[in-house]
Amino acid sequence: MNRIVSFFKKPFLRNYANYMVIVLVALVFAVLSLTGSLKMGTQFLLEQIAIAALLAVSLSMVVGFLGELSLGHAGFMCAGAYLGGKLAAAMTASSGDQSSIVTLLVACLAGGCIAAALGFVIGLPALRLRGDYLAIVTLAFGEIVRNVVMNLPMDWFGGTLGLETPRFDRKYLFVLALVMVLLCLAVTQNLIRSKHGRAIISIKDNEIAARAMGIDITKYKLFVFTVSAFFAGVAGVLYSYTVSRVQSATFDYNYSIEILVMVVLGGMGSINGSLIAAALITFINTKLQTVLTGNLAVLQNVFYALILITIVIYKNAPGLKGFREKYNLKNLMAKLSKKPSEEEVPHE
Amino acid sequence: MSERETILKVEHLAIQFGGLRAVDDVNLEIKKGELYGLIGPNGAGKTTVFNLLTGVYKPTLGRIYLCGEEIGGKSPAEINRKGIARTFQNIRLFQNLTVLENVMVGLANQIPCNVFESILRLPRHKRSEKEARERAMELLRVFKLDAYSDYLAANLPYGKQRKLEIARALATNPKLLLLDEPAAGMNPNETQELMDDIMFVRREFDMTILLIEHDMRLVGGICEKLTVLNFGTELVTGPTAEVLANPAVIKAYLGD
Repeated sequence: MNRIVSFFKKPFLRNYANYMVIVLVALVFAVLSLTGSLKMGTQFLLEQIAIAALLAVSLSMVVGFLGELSLGHAGFMCAGAYLGGKLAAAMTASSGDQSSIVTLLVACLAGGCIAAALGFVIGLPALRLRGDYLAIVTLAFGEIVRNVVMNLPMDWFGGTLGLETPRFDRKYLFVLALVMVLLCLAVTQNLIRSKHGRAIISIKDNEIAARAMGIDITKYKLFVFTVSAFFAGVAGVLYSYTVSRVQSATFDYNYSIEILVMVVLGGMGSINGSLIAAALITFINTKLQTVLTGNLAVLQNVFYALILITIVIYKNAPGLKGFREKYNLKNLMAKLSKKPSEEEVPHE
Repeated sequence: MSERETILKVEHLAIQFGGLRAVDDVNLEIKKGELYGLIGPNGAGKTTVFNLLTGVYKPTLGRIYLCGEEIGGKSPAEINRKGIARTFQNIRLFQNLTVLENVMVGLANQIPCNVFESILRLPRHKRSEKEARERAMELLRVFKLDAYSDYLAANLPYGKQRKLEIARALATNPKLLLLDEPAAGMNPNETQELMDDIMFVRREFDMTILLIEHDMRLVGGICEKLTVLNFGTELVTGPTAEVLANPAVIKAYLGD
């Protein structure tokens, strides 16, 4: 046991353990999918979790590390979903191949790029606006994107009916989605754990001092907004693959807030926290939707809210501080790695 | 003395905030290696002069030359890269970074490595990280902060936070170091230690230093030349001993 724990404490593994967990999940479910024992519902849940993870990790770059409040993340996702979905539909129609990985990758790239371009544009006011004002601008931006798409001519993106996507072969979609999560994770983590990451955090901590240290605020703010939007766009494309119709109503501000909730619950500035929160919240949400049906469906939001409130209280309540410290993961690991002889030290 | 190179030259510097001339017609000339003091009663405009020199404010009038190159009106980041580094009156450390990382932020422009090299973890990233770590540790050792390198900056004792600010400023490899009330809130022992540190920095890094200070023991003890500001204008400039004995200066501080 001791040896196992100390193995996991090696710096390399500590830094990259999250990658391995994701790879492991992808492998397990790929095998299950090959043997045909993966249920449709489970697969859908996995896809949604991967999409949420992409959104949460990419938003955490802006909110958690750069320290700017963005309420328009669903807007970037919307742009990616529509453009990538449309492109994928067109490519599928011309080739007739519904399981083409090339189509998916091209769509992801296109959706990501359009979202990145929008992210760059929204990054420009972020250079001048602070706090609440930027939040208002991004909130409005998210609404503008989905309303513009909805009001474009019917034959562009389907108008109010939504964009119809062809029935893709989704056997490996979640594996690809997890690969995208890995990519996003690698970019975010490598960026944050470098001199550029330190510069980004220094901007959040004290912009005036960061400037005085020669940090190019403009460059970093635009870069972070652009990269973050890119992955939101990719998440949008993946999302368009999982539904039969992309509807603009999905990407309203509630969705942006939900992503923000994931980042906040995961702990600002914690990439793994965002990942876990994204998985947990998506899981709870999807389960509530399948468990509470019929007349009970109205209770979905009530329970969802109650669960969120409970988590927040648990994480922050001063009265539970002792409990939290006693039972957190770090202490548990420390206890496991202790030698048995050390554990029982007799008092003198 | 006269053949020494001029590091900073300020001519007729002025800034207007609405109806208020916070700084009016200030002239400074600082030679290489000089330890120059900027003093004056509260509200005299000392920190505003610093903010003008470092680009936080744009001067309404006047010119600022660093080593002969005009820097007035440039952005703070640009001015830092040209060679002026500063500390702040109210400490502005990066609270969520460790002591070591704070200094490494200061080194950012010294060690080249672009964003893509970092994301792709190319060899240059590794080399630059290693070099930054080593150089930052060296600076921390100078200020006897190396034992605290893994502490979050926010958890350092007050006096050490002030020292860390100086170390961070030096990391940007400046030609001119501006210290804004470095001894504020320090007890006499800490002030004495700080004076030794400033003298050490000047000697070791061959640094030119301009400082704002209220502690007359520190000013009288280490500054060679002083400029006294009062109500935004220059009252007296000259060697320390002369200035401190000047009746006009005593009047500005103590009243009639």
